[in-house]
Amino acid sequence: MAPITLGTPKPAKRKRTKAEQQNIAYLYLLPAFIVMGVIAFYPLLYQAAVSFTDFAIKDLRSGFASENLKWVGLKNYQDILTGGLPVQDFEFFRTLGFDFWWALSNVALHVPAGVLVAVLLNTQGLWFKKIYRGLYILPVVFPSIVVATVWRNIFDGQYGAMNQALTSISQLFGSVDPVRLRWLEEYAQPIPGMLPGVPLVWAYYAMMIANFWLGWPFMCVVATGALQSIPKELYEAAEIDGASGPQQFWNITVPMLRPTMVPAAVLGFNTTFNLFGLVFWMTGGGPARATEILVTFAYDLTKNQGLYGAAAAFAVIVFIVAMILFLITNRITRATESYDAA
Amino acid sequence: MTNTSANPISRLFNMNTSGEKGGRYLPLWRQLILQVVCILIAITVLFPIMYIITLSLSSSGSRPSTLQLIPTEFSLVAYQQVLDRPTGNPVTFVELLKNSLMLSLGVAGVALMIAVSAAYAFSRLKFAGRQFLMMAVFFVILMPGIGLALPLFLLFNGVRVTDPTSGSVIFNLRNSLVGVGIAMISGALPFAIWNLKGYLDTIPKELEEAAIIDGASANRVFYQIVLPLAAPALAVTFFLSFMGNWQEFVLSWLFLTNPADFTLAMSLYNMTGKYATEIPWNRFSAMALIIASPVAVIYIALQKQIVGGLTLGGVKG
Repeated sequence: MAPITLGTPKPAKRKRTKAEQQNIAYLYLLPAFIVMGVIAFYPLLYQAAVSFTDFAIKDLRSGFASENLKWVGLKNYQDILTGGLPVQDFEFFRTLGFDFWWALSNVALHVPAGVLVAVLLNTQGLWFKKIYRGLYILPVVFPSIVVATVWRNIFDGQYGAMNQALTSISQLFGSVDPVRLRWLEEYAQPIPGMLPGVPLVWAYYAMMIANFWLGWPFMCVVATGALQSIPKELYEAAEIDGASGPQQFWNITVPMLRPTMVPAAVLGFNTTFNLFGLVFWMTGGGPARATEILVTFAYDLTKNQGLYGAAAAFAVIVFIVAMILFLITNRITRATESYDAA
Repeated sequence: MTNTSANPISRLFNMNTSGEKGGRYLPLWRQLILQVVCILIAITVLFPIMYIITLSLSSSGSRPSTLQLIPTEFSLVAYQQVLDRPTGNPVTFVELLKNSLMLSLGVAGVALMIAVSAAYAFSRLKFAGRQFLMMAVFFVILMPGIGLALPLFLLFNGVRVTDPTSGSVIFNLRNSLVGVGIAMISGALPFAIWNLKGYLDTIPKELEEAAIIDGASANRVFYQIVLPLAAPALAVTFFLSFMGNWQEFVLSWLFLTNPADFTLAMSLYNMTGKYATEIPWNRFSAMALIIASPVAVIYIALQKQIVGGLTLGGVKG
């Protein structure tokens, strides 16, 4: 405010400027909030209302004016949580558990891998650094829907590249049978009981491989940026004090990377938790909803089942989960901030 | 070491390409081990890419019986066929491209135009309820895309024009590209506000303050000082939005039923999975590479700004 007072000597004018600024601000916000009011806030309220009804295909034509529409209270929510939905193979808490595990296991692999490759590429005197950096960015460059479809073909049970590669490898060991693993359809679990209550079928591992390919290069890019901002003097001082390479890594590199990598990991977790594209395009949630995450199931309820009331309730639940996740992850990010300050 | 930097070939073999000075001497045996590791990583990165490039350059539509990662023939038949008739539907590639472009550019442009003044207000002006309104914007960003798809589907489905004589539906907002575009703006707009506000926060305020002292009105400051300064940020936000819209699939797949309205992303989905049995893999691969190309080119050109913007958003959460 100070510059305004300096530039406007008359007190009357200063007052007007301040009130004017308020009005200007609201005027500038008006278009955005009108649009968001119509296509975001109102629909969200409408959705909350729909979630207390038995809205279905029969009501599509006239909406809330429909004579057949019944208010069912919390029945939709109850059905979702207790398995009362007329949908096969769906269990809310299994899907929620899988979604958590899916996001967590991905980030737990992507972040260390990204950091390690970034450190590797930061090695002084390494040849062809720029070529490798250019190559390793390629997965980030590819649109994720293209990546998902390509990986889907790679994991094809009959003609996929993965089975063909495995066949060539097994032939080296004297096997003659071609590998015919139905990656995306098989019900069997390669490691039974790895996650209590949640079956992890082959498709989960196929999705993990595809998403690993997709995910670590982004973490590597972020880590590279952070690595290059670490002052070289720290390593030189450590060198003089006789610290070994691993000691330098754990006591300089890791703590200095933490403020950057923790928010990146949080961002990665939230993105993966709601990663519609890859899951929908690779497995569609199958087999038997074993790889379904919350958002793909919400989509199925809307698109294929036509259970709009239940789908609305489910969307409200998804939003509450997203909210809780945000609050938790926000705390984690804040925690590192205070760690830095201390 | 410094005098070789002009020659690209000598630069290729230059020991220290990152511009770092000094440092330890890297023994040859370690160099070789690290090179092997780097090449192995490069192979895993290139594996799916080489796989579809090879497939797309094959003239045979049959499914590959053995793994081939290096193209043995360079046939553009698949590309030609895809451009001719991409899907089983009687829709040309140009029509699909037009739909995709209109949707991506239109949504990115409209969202940006509405967002920029709001972002400016959030970044620079002080007013009652600022915190609350910013939370409202963030609230929508937090909502997974699918959460808004259903109510918009139901609401737009009610907007229809029927022929008064025959009673048949002439226009249904839900089943139109315009409807999908409006629905996509609900996600693109809060993102654009948030992203632009983040960029505007990093632009120094001195110029604007000087203009205010000189008596410039708020509108003049906005149009003549802030907008020109924010041009790079506007461009990056536009392209980020474009890249997202280019891949958008959820809303269009949920809303649209008429093949003439389909987008490229939807057609790619049609070529895979349970519908894929009749689509030759070489055409699928060609289509995938065509769809990937604009996003890839934009990303490579704006890599620094995009990564910076994404991490900025992540840190500021």
